[in-house]
Order: sequence, then structure tokens, then C-alpha cells
Amino acid sequence: MAAAQNQTAVQTQAVQAATAAQAKPEALASDPRSADKVRSGKKQPSGRPPVKPGTFSRMMKYMFHFYKWRLVIVLICLAVSGLSGVIASVFLQTLVDTAITPGLTKGLQAVYPQLLSIIGTMIAVYAAGVIASNIYTQIMATVTQGTLKHMRDDMFDRMETLPIRYFDQHLTGDIMSTYTNDTDAIRQMIGQSLPMIYQTGLSVIAIVISMLKFSVWMTIGVAFFMYVMSRISKTFAGRSASGMVDQQKSLAAEEGFVQEIMNGQKVVQVFNHEEAAKADFRTFNQKLFEDSDRANRAGFMLMPILGNVGNIMYIALAILGGFLVTLKAPNLTLTGIDTVTIGVIVSFLAMTRQLAQSIGQASMQVSMIALGLAGVSRVFELMDQKPEEDDGYVELVNAGYDKDGTIHETDHLTGKWAWKHPHHDGTLTYTPQQGDVRMFNVDFGYVPNKLVLHDITLYAKPGQKIAFVGATGAGKTTITNLINRFYDIPDGKIRYDGINIRKIKKPDLRRSLGVVLQDVNLFTGTVMDNIRYGRLNATDEECIAAAKLANADDFITRLPDGYDTFLTGNGAQLSQGQRQLISIARAAVADPPVMILDEATSSIDTRTEALVQKGMDNLMKGRTVFVIAHRLSTVRNADAIMVLDHGRIIERGSHDELIAQKGVYYQLYTGAFELE
Amino acid sequence: MIKTLAKSLREYKRESILSPLLVSGEVIMEVIIPFLMAKLIDHMGERSIQPVVYYGVWLLVISFISLFFGAAAAAESSKASCGLAKNLRQDIFDRVQTYSFHDINRFSEASLVTRMTTDVTNVQNAFAMLVRGAFRAPLMIIFSVVMAISINGKMSLIFLVMIPILGIIIFGIAIKTHPIFVRIFKRYDAMNNGVQENIQGMRVVKSFVREDYEKDKFHKESEEVRHDFTHVEKILAFNTPSMQACVFASITLISYIGARLIISTKGSALTTGELSSLINYGVQILVAIMMLSFIFVLCMIAEESAERIAEVLSYDATITSPENGLTQVADGRVDFDHVSFKYSDRSKKYALSDVSLHIPSGSTLGIIGGTGSSKSSLVQLISRLYDVSEGSVSVGGEDVRKYNLTVLRDQVACVLQKNVLFSGTISENLRWGDPDATDEEIRHACELAQADSFIQEFPDKYQTMIAQGGTNVSGGQKQRLCIARALLKKPKILILDDSTSAVDTKTDALIRKAFREEIPDTTKIIIAQRVSSVQDADNIIVMDGGRIVEQGTHEELLAKHGIYREVYDSQTRSAQQDETETQTGAQNQEERNA
Repeated sequence: MAAAQNQTAVQTQAVQAATAAQAKPEALASDPRSADKVRSGKKQPSGRPPVKPGTFSRMMKYMFHFYKWRLVIVLICLAVSGLSGVIASVFLQTLVDTAITPGLTKGLQAVYPQLLSIIGTMIAVYAAGVIASNIYTQIMATVTQGTLKHMRDDMFDRMETLPIRYFDQHLTGDIMSTYTNDTDAIRQMIGQSLPMIYQTGLSVIAIVISMLKFSVWMTIGVAFFMYVMSRISKTFAGRSASGMVDQQKSLAAEEGFVQEIMNGQKVVQVFNHEEAAKADFRTFNQKLFEDSDRANRAGFMLMPILGNVGNIMYIALAILGGFLVTLKAPNLTLTGIDTVTIGVIVSFLAMTRQLAQSIGQASMQVSMIALGLAGVSRVFELMDQKPEEDDGYVELVNAGYDKDGTIHETDHLTGKWAWKHPHHDGTLTYTPQQGDVRMFNVDFGYVPNKLVLHDITLYAKPGQKIAFVGATGAGKTTITNLINRFYDIPDGKIRYDGINIRKIKKPDLRRSLGVVLQDVNLFTGTVMDNIRYGRLNATDEECIAAAKLANADDFITRLPDGYDTFLTGNGAQLSQGQRQLISIARAAVADPPVMILDEATSSIDTRTEALVQKGMDNLMKGRTVFVIAHRLSTVRNADAIMVLDHGRIIERGSHDELIAQKGVYYQLYTGAFELE
Repeated sequence: MIKTLAKSLREYKRESILSPLLVSGEVIMEVIIPFLMAKLIDHMGERSIQPVVYYGVWLLVISFISLFFGAAAAAESSKASCGLAKNLRQDIFDRVQTYSFHDINRFSEASLVTRMTTDVTNVQNAFAMLVRGAFRAPLMIIFSVVMAISINGKMSLIFLVMIPILGIIIFGIAIKTHPIFVRIFKRYDAMNNGVQENIQGMRVVKSFVREDYEKDKFHKESEEVRHDFTHVEKILAFNTPSMQACVFASITLISYIGARLIISTKGSALTTGELSSLINYGVQILVAIMMLSFIFVLCMIAEESAERIAEVLSYDATITSPENGLTQVADGRVDFDHVSFKYSDRSKKYALSDVSLHIPSGSTLGIIGGTGSSKSSLVQLISRLYDVSEGSVSVGGEDVRKYNLTVLRDQVACVLQKNVLFSGTISENLRWGDPDATDEEIRHACELAQADSFIQEFPDKYQTMIAQGGTNVSGGQKQRLCIARALLKKPKILILDDSTSAVDTKTDALIRKAFREEIPDTTKIIIAQRVSSVQDADNIIVMDGGRIVEQGTHEELLAKHGIYREVYDSQTRSAQQDETETQTGAQNQEERNA
């Protein structure tokens, strides 16, 4: 009877699982950028670690922290609802023994009060059960989704504080999987599996106690079957689980193959390679079929086998009961020795059936809980990541100038900025922000013992344009990573306006640096939103002016909705060059004194670049600029060009000086060298 | 739609039919069990143990049969559903192989991958449920009702009332929540998409110090997701108590009426055992209804996926090989006759307008033009990667649409701008050009493409593994490998679409020299950004806005002082100037020294 309620739970859970299957968005299913630029060399899919010990109790604490009283009510209601099911199976015996059997001899009138009282109790108990179920399911909907929200928010908040190193070392797909697959698994566990396991546990205890009250012999029989069933579950669940692992692997292999072929579909056609590709696919597909069949087969078979073994147990106990009744065997119970009645058998059988079903359902939940706990473990792991350290105390403030030229702090925009520098002796000094960046003998490696930069020294005076040239992996981007403190180096080696950058608060430091990167990232939203990202309080006019500066206005106004064109998928509807132009406009709106342009115009063809160049020149006017460029025409007019090779500056000077040197730069410039 | 998908069952038809049959067998056994059980219970307490043993043995036999049926049905359904999924994936893949670029762009690569994975999985799950449950649940309801009626017709009326009530509640909830789920999963996707953008753009977020802004944005979205999901889950949560209420109400009613009936008729109209059986049938019926609603929901979910799959399977490729197409390409002549081309019928703008061009066999054509000037579109028409919108393109004097597609593409080798190498060894990749190429031939092709020298430097030489996406070779190396791969086809026409951009000028010149000397009869079409890559071509065209705006040899074009000259100057002038400046500077120095 209470089996019905288990079945219900399974049903809703399956519905949710099924609907969740829809959730996999297209964009996530095939993350084209998961092969992100590998900067630190080690960026591998995390070998999903086992569940950390203590995860369960930590999750409980987490949930109780937010929903203490609601969870207490849920636990009570779950118990009431579960026990009402157990009690229900005893009613039949009471009905048979106290009403029907005596009624057969005494007549209906004599037992009518008893009958009514039993039915009345039944209604009361059932009503309590239904009400309790209703209450706990409603509360759990709130608690489950609420907990997920708290987890998501905590995870995201922590993620925002993590150093860039974390993102360089983890695949986007892996981090995303915590937000999608893991939270889905947690929802399953909190919302369905845990309540069910808790309820089943209570029911099993209650059932076993009442069984013992009815008959010890028969309980021993039940125990035997329970053992058999648990062995069966273990075997099949194990087989299914190992199949699942193989299935996941061959699915990943097949997806990889499909991605690769689809990606190169044009090449496939150009080479008439279609038939060969089909044949290759067949191999992957057959493997996937075999593995998934193995996984599914074991999983599918478990339920009918358990169900039918449950039937067999039921029948075997009926026969055993029949013998006990017929033989009038002494019945050992918890309360003493008596004889077995038919009512006892009927109730016992009902309880047996319920027990079998409860355990069957619970066994299905075990894998869900394993999956959910692994998910929670990963969520906590993300929450436990160490945030980016920031011991800076120098702040960037609006500066006002007194008549005598001294600087004071103001709270309104003056267009001038100053570094507010508190000293140990309690005094405050203000340094005007100018954009003077110096590096002294900088050595750096992303991993210990493997230096990427060797002995880099450079001075960028306010308003100067410094260019970096060199092959991929020469360390150009690494230098810029150090300037904005995406990665930190030991004290005092990099100074900004004479201040050790480690003393500057990271947000203030970064606000004073504008960055345009080679891999353009645009966000879902309008073109205007994307430009405004540079300065959130910029007016539309300021954004448009910035776009004009970057020479982006022309193409933006030709888009279907102009500045209100809605961009999705990292601006998928725009060309790479157009996206670069928007990101230049975004940096222009921020109006920082120092700019870092990392291959900002690499995807713009030479003719267009000539047009953008004017805008770029405007943008760079009066600022200190670091330029990384592949194309040498971009860096020609730099004040100083650094040629990097394997982390060392091998040549430095102006374009003319380097050409005169006839060194590496000269060779690059005349095209005698491959740059890639 | 269902017909299209059903075609993919093929060799798994047997399992798909067998599984529901076996399930039906299991259901019949399961229905008989409570019936016989009632008999067994009723014979308990009698003096003789024989009836108990008799019914007991029968029951055991039946449950073992049921066990067998159930297990076999599960195994068959697994095979049927996995098999269907396998065939669907293969069919989609095979279909996509026939698609033209236009067709693939129409669906988008990402969407095709999703259809092959997530969508097929959804259909597979629904199908597995269907073969096991679609018969099981209705049969269970019918048999249980029949058995209940056979025990006591009047009392089974209770079920006939309960079935529609529960059915309406459960199906009502499913129907009500499904569209909400569809809607809020979109919102959920959007939230996760936002997270993904945030992770990928973390450098931008941190550079602009937008962490707090992003947090606020995310909190708002996650709150909306929480709100919506809580709402829909609360509706869904009524499933459990309503199911319980129906079950409990049935049991209570049966118990009350049954007890009265047994007592008043002294057990002649109904026995204790039969009462217990009735209750069991009741529970079975209600569980079966739950199952039906579950299948219903799964099918609703799978419907969208099934439609998306059927769309791919029933979509006919726009470019197909003609029947009895020409199998011989006379020579490497290429003619464009008033060709206009646009990427889709709906687009207003033509990518190419009224292009006419004659390329003699064995000559070299250079193409120069800015991004978006449709250089690539022009050459892709030659191997029918796209078909013209107006006019015609001929190869060897015949319209390309008359050739057998495989033959045409074998003779027109194209090194695409978007170069792709596949995971596998270098020689495996090169054999795409010619599966039967000998090691000697491969090496020769690589020598022409100036790739042999760097391949020899790899420890595994031609057996070096190329990583997915070709990330372990440099851009210039990749381009040279792709050229070698195309050369192995020994084509009549060779097209290089900006294929030497990452190669240094010296090597670039060597490659062109090799072309001139080793494959003089092959027509060579070279698209380039660098003027130096095309300046020695027999004919050079300059494209702008989908038209040929200048045409001639290097010298002729320089004399025209048009775009070509402009590009040429922008690429060379500065370098020359610098050179002359430094030279004069050095001379002055020398003079002074002297």
C-alpha cells in the first residue's frame, strides 16, 4: 500500500530527471572554446575526485543553516507519512481478527462498532499521512530550490574572486559541469533520494519491529530473502555502474569524433572522404551501442528481478505461514509465544510486500545519492578555493588640485586621479596618476622551476607606446598578465607611478588599466550594453563616441537594430574583426591612462586596419600603451619595440633602430622568418 | 515524424516487438498471483496442508515464469532502445555527410552535434519506456479490472470511479507543468550560458573590475530560476499526496464495504483472501496509471527531440551528384560565365555579382582582395561546395553541375582557408588526399609543399601524432601539411585559399617555385593577402564587394594605380623606404669616414 507512495516518488523523480535531460543547452553541449588557450601548460580535464569525507554532514549543516525549522517539519512529516503506510498494512489484520472473523459467527450488528472504529482510525491515519505528505512535498520544493540557489550564489561569488590562474588551469567545461550536471544531481538527491531513503529507513525499522511482534520464524524467513535481494541488487547495480562508466567514455569518444568531423566537414567534402568518415563513425557507434546496452540491460533488469523475487518471497512466506497455521505451530513473538492466525499471515504478507518494495526503491536511490554527494563535494570544492590575495592598500581617488598645486581627495569626478598612499607612520601621501610603468629584472614562471620570463627590465614613461614582438609562447602575454596582477611576482619589481604594484588594491590597479584581448569576449546583451561594460555609468552618447573612436560606429549602425542589436553566443553574428572593434570601443569608454592591446587588431585585414589605426591612434594619444602584435605594421610607430624570444628581451629599440641592427626584427619585418 | 524515426529500427524490430510481448506475459503472471494467493489464504487453517502446498507450488512456478519474462523483456528493451539510438546516430551522421556547406550552415554544426547526442538520448529513453511500459500499464489496468470484477463486480466499481479521478489529476499536472518546464528550462539555460560567458570572459571581467556587477546580475538570474522552479515543483509535488489519497480512499472503501459484505453473507459473496486480493489489484491499477502518466511526460519531452532528428533525416541535401554524371574532366580550364551568387535565397545582398573569368588550363591565377570581398566564395563554386545563383561555372569546358560530384572534387583540390587536420598520424592525414599513396609519393608531395624538412625533425617523422585540431604543429606547418595533402590528389586544378599566410616569404616562394616546375599542367588558383604570393602569377584579379575590379599581370596592375597598387605600396613601401634610408645613412657614414 505504501508502495504506492514510493512509486509516486519514483515517478516524480523520473519526470524531473527526464525534464532535466532537456536542460542541456546547445551551447553547453558543444563548447567550441573548451580547447582554451593553454597558458600554463597544464589544463586537463579534472579526474573527478572521490567524495571528500564529511561532505554529507557539511551539506546537512549548510541546509539546516538556511532552513532549520522547515527541515524539522519535513523530518516529522516524512516520519508521519512513512509510518502511516506501515500502520496501514496492520489494519487488515485488525480488521480480519477483530471484526470479520468474530462477525462471521456473531453477525454484523455485534461487531459494527468495532468495524466503525477501525475504519475511523484508518481514515484518521491515512488522512494524517496524506496531509503530512502534502506538507513535506510542498516545503521540500522550496527547500530544494532554495538550497540550490544558495549553493549557486555562493559558488558564483567565490568564483568571481578566484585568481586567473584557476581559470587557466581548469577547463570551462569542467567548471560549467558543476553548475549544470552537479546541481542537477544535487537537486535529485535533496528533493527525492534523501527524503525517500530517510523514510524507507524509518519504515524498515517499524516494519521489522512489527514483524517480530507477529512472528519471529517468519521474520527470519524475510531476513533470508532480504539478503538474497541485496546480493542481487549489488551485482546488477555494480554491473550497471561499470557499464555506465564505459558508456560515458565511449560517448565522449564518439562526441569527440563527431565534433572533429563536423568541424572539418568542408575538408571532408573537398577530399571525398564521406564514406571513410561513415565507416569510422560506425566503429565508434558500435562501441557506444555495446557499452550502453550493457549499462542499460543491468539497470533495466534490476527492477523486474527484484519485483519478482519479492513475489517469490511473498509466496514462500505464505506457504510457510500456511504450514504454521495448519500445524498450529507455536509462534515465537517479541511478546511471547502464541499461535499463528490467518490475520497474522495476511498482515505479515502485506508488510513483506511493502518491505520488498521499499528496499527495491531505496536500492535505486543509492546511485542517485552517490551521484549527488559527488556533486556536493565538487560544489564545496569550488566554494573552498582560495580567493585571489590582495594585500594592497593604495587606492585610486578623484584628485583635486589646490592653488599651490598640492593634491587633495574629492568625491566628485575631476577627470584627474591620484594614488592615495597611507604610510606606516600614519601619514597620507597623494601621488598623481600618470601611467608610468617600470619593470626591474622580472623573472616569472607559471609553475615553479619553469621560468617563462627571464630578467625583464623595461620602462614605460607616461604617454609612451611599448610594443612586444615575438613568437607564440615567447612571453608577451605573460608580461601583461603581471602588470594587471593576474599573476603576482615578488615585491617591488613592478612599479606603477613609482608605487610597488603589490601595494595597490587590485580593483584600483585594474581600473587604471584598459585591456583589449585577442580572444574577444562579448556578453549576451545589446551592442550598447557591451560597450558600456567598460564604464557602467557611461551615457549612450559616450558609448557612441567611443565606438566612433574605434571606427566601430560605421558597421554598428548598419546592423539590423544598430546599437540595440542583441548579441548572443559571444557575438556569433559578427565577424571576428567586428568583435575586435567592439572590444576596442569597450576599452575606449573606460578611458584608462594605461592600455594593454593584446593582438587587438589581429583579425582585421590590413586595409581595414589602416582605417582602425586612426581610431587607435586617437585612443592611444596621451596614454601609456603596451601593444602586442603579430603584424609588424601595427607596432611600427611604437616608442620602443621589445623582441621577445623564450622569455628574454633579445632586441629593443625603435623601429628604425631595430631595422638598422639587421637582427631578428629585421628578418621578421622582411618576412624571412615565420611568426607563429 | 514517427515514420521517419521508425525506419531507423531496422535490425532491432525483433527486439522492439518481443519486448512488449514478454512484458505482457509478465503482466498476466503478475495479475494471476494475487488471484491464486487469495485461494491459498482462504485454504489456510484447514486441516489438510495439501491445498496450501498445491497453490503454493503453482504460485512459485508462475512467479519464476514472471521473473523470466520480466528479465528477458528488460534485456530486449535495452537492446531495442540502444539499437534504435545507434541507428539514429548513424543515420544522422550519414545524412550529414551528404549535406552541402549551405545545408550545414543552415543547421549549424553545434546544433547537429546536439541532435546526435542529447536529442537521440531523449528519444532513446522515451523508446525504452514505451516498449516496456506502453503495453504493461494498460494491460495491467485491464487485467486488474477484469480480475477485480471477477472477484466482485459491485466492489470493483470503486476502481472504475478512482481511475478517472486519479487519471485526471495526474495527467492534468503533467500537461500543466510541461509547458512551464519547457519555458523555465530556457531561462535555466540562459543562466548557465551567462555563467559560461563569465568564465570564458574572466579576463575581461577582472580587467574592468566587474566582479560585483557580475555577482548582482547572477543573483538576480538565480533568484528568478529559483522562483520559477519552486513554483512548478510545488505543482508537481501534488502528485504524491493525490496518489496516496486515491490509494488510501480505495483501500478504506474496499475494507469497509468488503468487511460488511463478508460478515453479512457469511463469506459466501466475498472471502477474506479475496478482500486482500482486491486491495492488491487496486494498488496495481493506480500504480499503472502513474506509469502511464510518466510515459506520457517522457514522450512529450522526446517529441521535440524526435522532431529535430526527423528534420535532419528528412532534409534533402541541396547539392547532389547528377545521375550518370560525367566521369572525365578534360583539362584544368575554368570558366566563370556571368556568375552571381548569394548564400541564401533570402539574403538581399549578392556575394558575387556578374563575374566572368577565363582561366586557361595549367595557368596560375592570383586573387587579391580585402576581407568580405568574396574571394573564397568565388573559388568554392569551382568544386561545387556551393552552387551558383545565376550564370554558370565550367571546368574542362563542361558545367560543373554535369559532373559526377566525386569525380569533380577529385580533380579540383582545394586547400581551404579554415585548415583542418584530424587526430591521427601525419601520414594518415596526408592519405586523405590519396588512400593508396605510397610512402614515396607522400614524401614527394611533402617536399613540394616544403613540409618534408620539418617533418623529418619530429622524432616520429611521418608517424607523428597530430592532436585534435592540429594544435601541436605551428600555423605555418599546418598550412604546408594541408597543401601536401591536396597535392597528393594529383588534381587538374589546385586552389589555395589564403593557405600560405603563416608561411614565411622565402618558403612561400619555394612552394610556388615547386608548383611551377613540378606540376606545370595543373591550373593553380592562389588567394593571398600578401602581394608577394601572387605577383608572379599569369593573371591576377582584384576583388572588391563581390566583383572583379582589376585584372592583369603584376606589372599591368601596378601601372593602373588602383587598389592593387595601394595594397602593394602599403605592404612594401615602408620597408623599401626604411631600407633606402638606412642605406643612405650608412653611405653617409662611410663617406664621412672616408
